[in-house]
Amino acid sequence: MSQFIDIGAVEDIPQRGARLVKSPLGEIAVFRTAKDEIFAVDEWLPGKAGPLSNGIQHDTRVTDPMRNWVFDLATGEAQGADEGRVRVWETRIEEGRILITQQIMGELRAAE
Amino acid sequence: MTQKIIVIGAGMASGRVLETLYDNGADVDVTLFNAEPRGNYNRIMLSPVLAGDQTYQDIVTHDDAWYAERNVTCRFGERVATIDRTAKTVTAENGDVLAYDKLVFGTGSNPFMIPLPGHDLDGVIAYRDLEDTEKMMGLGEGNKAVVIGGGLLGLEAAAGMAARGVDVTVVHIMGHLMERQLDEAAGYLLRKALVDKGITVKCSANSKEILGENGKVKALMLDDGTELPCDLLVMAVGIRPNVALAKECGLAVGKGIHVDDQMLTSDENVLAVGECVEHNGAIFGLVAPLYDQAKVAGQTLMGEEAAFVQKELSTKLKVTGCDLFSAGDFAEGEGREDIVFRDPARGVYKRLVIEENKVVGAVFYGDTADSNWFFGLIKDKTDIADMRETLIFGPAFQGGEPQDPMAAVAALADDAEICGCNGVSKAQVVAAINAGANTLDAVKAVSKAGSSCGSCSGLVEQLLSVTLGDEFVMPEKETVCKCTDLTHDEVRKLIKMKGLKSLPAVMQELTWSTPDGCHVCRPALNYYMVCEWPGEYADDGKSRFINERVHANIQKDGTYSVVPRMLGGITNPKELRAIADVADKFDVPTVKVTGGQRIDLLGVKKEDLPAIWYDLGQAGMMSGQAYAKGLRTVKTCVGTDHCRFGTQDSTGLGIQIEKAMWGAWSPHKFKLAVSGCPRNCAEATCKDLGIICVDSGYQILVGGAAGLDLRETDLLCQVATEEEALEYSCAFYQLYREGAQYLHRPYKWISKVGLDWVKEQIVEDADNRKALAERFHYSQQFFQVDPWAERARKGVDKHEFEPLADLTTSKVAAE
Ligand SMILES: Cc1cc2nc3c(=O)[nH]c(=O)nc-3n(C[C@H](O)[C@H](O)[C@H](O)COP(=O)(O)OP(=O)(O)OC[C@H]3O[C@@H](n4cnc5c(N)ncnc54)[C@H](O)[C@@H]3O)c2cc1C
Repeated sequence: MSQFIDIGAVEDIPQRGARLVKSPLGEIAVFRTAKDEIFAVDEWLPGKAGPLSNGIQHDTRVTDPMRNWVFDLATGEAQGADEGRVRVWETRIEEGRILITQQIMGELRAAE
Repeated sequence: MTQKIIVIGAGMASGRVLETLYDNGADVDVTLFNAEPRGNYNRIMLSPVLAGDQTYQDIVTHDDAWYAERNVTCRFGERVATIDRTAKTVTAENGDVLAYDKLVFGTGSNPFMIPLPGHDLDGVIAYRDLEDTEKMMGLGEGNKAVVIGGGLLGLEAAAGMAARGVDVTVVHIMGHLMERQLDEAAGYLLRKALVDKGITVKCSANSKEILGENGKVKALMLDDGTELPCDLLVMAVGIRPNVALAKECGLAVGKGIHVDDQMLTSDENVLAVGECVEHNGAIFGLVAPLYDQAKVAGQTLMGEEAAFVQKELSTKLKVTGCDLFSAGDFAEGEGREDIVFRDPARGVYKRLVIEENKVVGAVFYGDTADSNWFFGLIKDKTDIADMRETLIFGPAFQGGEPQDPMAAVAALADDAEICGCNGVSKAQVVAAINAGANTLDAVKAVSKAGSSCGSCSGLVEQLLSVTLGDEFVMPEKETVCKCTDLTHDEVRKLIKMKGLKSLPAVMQELTWSTPDGCHVCRPALNYYMVCEWPGEYADDGKSRFINERVHANIQKDGTYSVVPRMLGGITNPKELRAIADVADKFDVPTVKVTGGQRIDLLGVKKEDLPAIWYDLGQAGMMSGQAYAKGLRTVKTCVGTDHCRFGTQDSTGLGIQIEKAMWGAWSPHKFKLAVSGCPRNCAEATCKDLGIICVDSGYQILVGGAAGLDLRETDLLCQVATEEEALEYSCAFYQLYREGAQYLHRPYKWISKVGLDWVKEQIVEDADNRKALAERFHYSQQFFQVDPWAERARKGVDKHEFEPLADLTTSKVAAE
């Protein structure tokens, strides 16, 4: 079973805002939607898009600040004609706290 | 054998348990405890009682006679104090010990009271029972009340008191009302309806302290220092299952009392129903599932097989005139699509969320007549593929008309001003059309609407279409984005005419087809309202591109560039030293002189931005807004100060203009230059606005470009004095700000409206010029705030700059 790490409170991210989490596997953008859902995806799609935490959010999508690619936050899939996918990380909300899958710690997990 | 049953709490859930037992002729001997000094009443109808539509007598569900006929021993106004599960006895508050065969918990929940300073003052109440309701009913005209919480209960309390003439303010922490049941669009309509009832609604408002006098509540203070005076303060911010007693006697308790599908707790002789329970991780706050639970509990007590199943829930608000309905899951997500219908004239908003050809969620406002039909589709998971096109119109309208894109214009009042240039109202345009003007040109000729800058042409065409129907063929036009059928000009005009001051307001009143827009329309709408309503519209940072949101230019590697303002391109050793110091201190990789006569620090890490700004601020520097669709720089040459050719003080004038204009937002970036003589060292002839000084005064040049397009400026006019040069410049900037489509530079806009028209507005019409300049200065008082200082010193938008968490360092800790 996947383990989860507490990365902060839901309230720490404004609605329709995003914040960065630095992990051993790279930077991860954590989004809070207007409906208080939380999504975590890679900050960068190397050579193509990013930093996504800087994009404009609408629905459960974010528009990349550099090239206007639109990504679905739930699947990480680029929308429309663009092709590409950012990794999506599982999150949960418990008692107002945001939990993210331990997998973002990379090889550390194997060491446990 | 007769079962001895003790029930704790005479609430809505346990009442149904009793009905189930007696309706089925169960052989039971019931003792009913209730902390409230009365039997079972319909709690949800307290709101109509508060509003004066019903009386307490009307909402009693079980009266004395009902209990007497069934030999229920009523111990009302008495709590159960303790429970001994091994002995199977309960102890009442007065010490009586009673034995049971089966015990039923129906203790409901407790209102959550935010532990603000002053929450224990007299006059601070919740909204849960008859006592609370009576306290609110004690108020009337001349009284003030504050309700904390803009959810279902809070709003029913507010509306009920308002109906009694009380001056009510609702303070809600989230951005829109009932955010758990409604989306922003419906929240906007609800707010509008409540405001129409005279209720003051404050969203995104944080309560800080409750102020009192002689132990009695006096006012609520918000964290921005606002004081809201009140005679009564109602907190309706949520409920918590009432589990204290269950916990004390050792039952398994999580958020609520744990129950299984048979409503049995961890003790097989103890059942629980209602808001006090937790079933499969869920807790409850609406009566529909509680009734199901009660029925199952009754059957379990009778030894029958039954299982409680959680179902979809729906919500309505019991406030007259606020018809809303929300059901299912309407969060957006993968594979989900929205069907949105808006009718601004009737204040209707309907949204269905579809997933795999099934309706999974619905939010309606203003017209809830068909809500049960839709709720049925959700509960039954009906396949809607065949009726998808017309689904939103409800069961009676299968095959109805699609949404009318003309609705917003049709809904305009007769005296709405269609053409601002010539002051032509909707009624006058329609009259011209009815008198035979059946083309845009004909309307222009007859009514003068659209004959000047032309930005209202789109609206005139819509009026032609609304008035003439199929006789008029709408020309193809470029809409703002796929969320709307309106053009930029139309949207702008409608924002002004209809007084729209928030994004949800625009999207509702102008029939947006998406719930909250996209990255194309949101920044445009935000700008239009920033420009139209200075000081009134709350800028929505989330609708701005990143550069404007964090006040720096993002670079391709995700670092930022920082350009402090240097008025007129003039700097001094102190500023240069400060720039050199921050470049050293923050390891800035590149320092570059820009084309706009200032210095760019490139490659700054986002986290370092506030600290760099702080240091630059210490040396008296502020943001150069080099990232803004707004005023950038005023480039100057040295003019008469040093140059032998100089005819005027070009540097001085450039500084004056930059001082007047910095901080302003516009449809696109705006660059200026002032050259001291026609040799034009400041390159004024390719700027958005350039001034060339000559012996006899100042030539004002407009509409240049030196980017993807290269264009030389045109002469607007020549003026004699510096004051005039400043006034004309500000008037031109304002005319552009008010008229141009978002992301159009001045040259594009001028090519649309024509230079002659611009001259008419600014050169020929002195009153208009002065009015434009005045509007500009008025607006500037709200926007001349250094955004860097706000962030570096006051911690504004702190979240933008700090990572939420840094897990790269914990690696060491884990080893
Ligand atoms: C103003 C208002 C409007 C509402 N509107 C709606 C609506 O429109 N739709 C909807 O679905 N729901 C609505 N609700 C919610 C609904 O009323 C509740 O979900 C429902 O009443 C819960 O029923 P219950 O039996 O669990 O608890 P309750 O009805 O609260 O009954 C619990 C009883 O237990 C008593 N008690 C607690 N501890 C003890 C003890 N130790 N000993 C003895 N007695 C004890 C309490 O005094 C209380 O009388 C509304 C609620 C309020 C307050």
